[in-house]
Amino acid sequence: MATEVKERSVPKPTFTDAEAGAKEFPSWQSRSYNYFTPRKRRATVYEDVTIDVQPDPARHLSQGWVYAFADGVGGYPQEWTALKSSNWHEFLDPNEEWEQTIYRNNANVVRQIGQNIEHGRLAHAYAAFDPAWVKVLERHVFAWAHAEHGIGMHVYTPAQRDAPTNMINNAMAVGAVHKLRFAQDLILYNLALSEEIDGFDGSVHKATWQEDPVWQPTREFVEKLTGTRDWAEQWFATSIVFEPMIGELFRSGFVMQVAALHGDFVTPTIMGAGESDAAREQRGARVLFRMLTDDAEHGAANREVLNGWLAEWNAVAENAARTLQPIWSQISEKVVRFEDSLERSQTRQRALLEDIGLAQEVTA
Amino acid sequence: MSRASITKAHQKIQELSWEPTFVEPVDKYPTDYTFEKAPKKDPLKQVLRSYFPMEEEKDNRVFGAMDGAIRGNMFRQVQERWMEWQKLFLSIIPFPEISAARAMPLAINAVPNPEVHNGLAIQMIDEVRHSTIQMNLKRLYMNHYIDPAGFDLTEKGFANCYAGTIGRQFGEGFITGDAITAANVYLTIVAETAFTNVLFVAMPGEAAANGDYLLPTVFHSVQSDESRHISNGYSIILMALADERNRALLERDLRYAWWNNHAVVDAAIGTFIEYGTKDRRKDRESYAEAWRRWIYDDYYRSYLVPLEKYGLTIPHDLVEESWNRIWNKGYIHEVAQFFATGWFANYWRIDGMDDKDFEWFEFKYPGWYDKYGRWWEKYTELSKKNGHKPIAFEAEANYQYPHRCWTCMVPCLIREDTVMDEVDGQVRTYCSETCHWTDKVAFRPEYEGRPTPSMGKLSGQREWETLHHGKDLGDIMQDLGYIRDDGHTLVPQPHLNLDPKEMWTLDEVRGITLNSPNVLLNEMSPEEREQHMAEYKRGGPAGRPAAA
Repeated sequence: MATEVKERSVPKPTFTDAEAGAKEFPSWQSRSYNYFTPRKRRATVYEDVTIDVQPDPARHLSQGWVYAFADGVGGYPQEWTALKSSNWHEFLDPNEEWEQTIYRNNANVVRQIGQNIEHGRLAHAYAAFDPAWVKVLERHVFAWAHAEHGIGMHVYTPAQRDAPTNMINNAMAVGAVHKLRFAQDLILYNLALSEEIDGFDGSVHKATWQEDPVWQPTREFVEKLTGTRDWAEQWFATSIVFEPMIGELFRSGFVMQVAALHGDFVTPTIMGAGESDAAREQRGARVLFRMLTDDAEHGAANREVLNGWLAEWNAVAENAARTLQPIWSQISEKVVRFEDSLERSQTRQRALLEDIGLAQEVTA
Repeated sequence: MSRASITKAHQKIQELSWEPTFVEPVDKYPTDYTFEKAPKKDPLKQVLRSYFPMEEEKDNRVFGAMDGAIRGNMFRQVQERWMEWQKLFLSIIPFPEISAARAMPLAINAVPNPEVHNGLAIQMIDEVRHSTIQMNLKRLYMNHYIDPAGFDLTEKGFANCYAGTIGRQFGEGFITGDAITAANVYLTIVAETAFTNVLFVAMPGEAAANGDYLLPTVFHSVQSDESRHISNGYSIILMALADERNRALLERDLRYAWWNNHAVVDAAIGTFIEYGTKDRRKDRESYAEAWRRWIYDDYYRSYLVPLEKYGLTIPHDLVEESWNRIWNKGYIHEVAQFFATGWFANYWRIDGMDDKDFEWFEFKYPGWYDKYGRWWEKYTELSKKNGHKPIAFEAEANYQYPHRCWTCMVPCLIREDTVMDEVDGQVRTYCSETCHWTDKVAFRPEYEGRPTPSMGKLSGQREWETLHHGKDLGDIMQDLGYIRDDGHTLVPQPHLNLDPKEMWTLDEVRGITLNSPNVLLNEMSPEEREQHMAEYKRGGPAGRPAAA
């Protein structure tokens, strides 16, 4: 008896000849998104996959926003910042972040950090850390993780909801995960050190952040950022004030300068990753705020608003920076003076302000 | 990384948050929900150091498949009927995705639980990933598919089209109004947990059957992130249930969210799966069968019903009515026919159904031919460019252009269920009692006698037809940009024939005036309105006017 072979039910491939160029007809060669003008001759992948995904009534959205908050405001209102632009859509993130770049970049960073920590373990480096430096690590270096986490979760994350274009919001969404990743990188490094260094106090960082007087003005700065409604003010105060005046001051002006001299060649590589992220966000901020100060119609008013923010936030930052000074004295090898670190930060901020067209007002 | 070390790492990162004492964080996005009594747990532990390499690996697989598709010339075997609908689908879907990213701070702001914040922040960047990976897929289609027109104007078309607007309201529902209503119940509890099953699992299966294996590659990569998002939603709903005061709001929001998701997602995905396919094997799952499996069994019976044990009233009636609309009231067939009738106002090509399609529909949905078959025969007849108007304006087609539903923005296609009411000083139409309730009762600053000051409202120019009322069809098409690069031939076509001589041009749509049924309705006297609506509700299937 022959065995009955039952044919499996599967869709049959069909030759359809539906490939590009198989026929010529109107628009058969229209192979680029035609609803925006690319910055250069051809659109980048970043432009293609980011621009106009979030339309607005000024661009293509003919029926307006169809849901609103209780006060009647819908979508991404331009009024959510005091700054004004003739064309918010002009901003493109110079970092050109989209799916592949976000994951490649961050995956490389976490792999590199993981390897560095592991190399330190294999080289028995942690036991050789200078004891005074270990105390600084426990308390101050890991207290820093809170600042990064607070900004990532409660400053950049809500700001990425608020800005009026997809390109601005994307830049801040990426900034948010950079900060969150860096905060986690630090705190998980803390976990590793807790397992590697006898007597290492892996939890004192939180009390330091909450209670140590040297950190309170910095914590106040971060909390003030989370209490700010204006998304552009949040980005400005973070990237143009906090990062150079407090972030760089501590990360680069202190930790990265002194760690190696205390036998620690691992911590600077982790701090460096955070520093690099902050520089990326600063590149975006420079382009955005320059666009706003250059705005033919609103430039002058924007400069006035920005200068107001600068004066207000710089005062808070200077107090926070100076209050951190005692940390510079807690190490054995005093290779860098606080005043030199602060001077470097101030110089960096002046360069930033010059880039965004605010230099004159500052020196005036 | 081992599970044990992930758990340890996840526990460690909880040290990062702190209680502010200097400044209270700004309450950007209000909610009427309360969470004082909420338990604080994150059911899905994830840390970024394992998350980023995991996603990078997923990306590498997707991009490897893209390379393979190009090298293997996948487009020699894709069905045009299917790819044309992707011009609509891939226009819409990146917006709900990016809106979901934008929605995350609403939930973070509303829920005082640092453990869940971590999951929500990871979801935020997942959604950025989804939006850009989908835009990139569409870019690849634009570069390699025979007809790039429509893909090339994609995001503009989506923002101004008679159909795209339905999908847009879906995404906007995530980002405005009460933070928990929008970002948790509507987005996560219903859209992601229920309807991504048909969006990202059933639909990719259909794509593969139509020769497109890239859409499944991309969308399964997207879907693999959804389990984390579902966990975020579940943990928040459990937190909300801990406080009795939230119950009425949860029940309100589940009704709104379920019904709106059903109305919009079933309309779109149902049409793509049933009418966009060339795969007519009898044992292939119909949309109704897929819905029964993925939405009814997988979501409703195994996710939603168990919430009853917490004392939550589940909208059983709406779930059953959704099924009733799909199975007995022909919801998807009516929507597909509406899309096809409106072919002139979109940016993709819709071909008619043939005998093979008819046979399949009759097999899957007994009685289908009597209701819809003749109309599709007429569609094919009127798809030829030989002097008549588009089917929507051709008297012999015996078609009555439908009223729009004010709430879900899908037209009122199940005629007998249409509701007319004067709301906010305007006579509006709704596809159903529930959509009427959503506008008139749910989205209001008071609900069942309690103040709900955070609840959002429906806004905007909700009716596409009203926006273009009284304009010449040729002008509308030009204004919207649905013209090919010869400045004359339309992007949309009622057939798949790419012979320039057979393609419809501006000449065939000039001289036709588009009227808004809602404007005309508001111009009627109350008596005329009642009579008109009674007739409309008596109308037959497939847009047939009521018998005299």
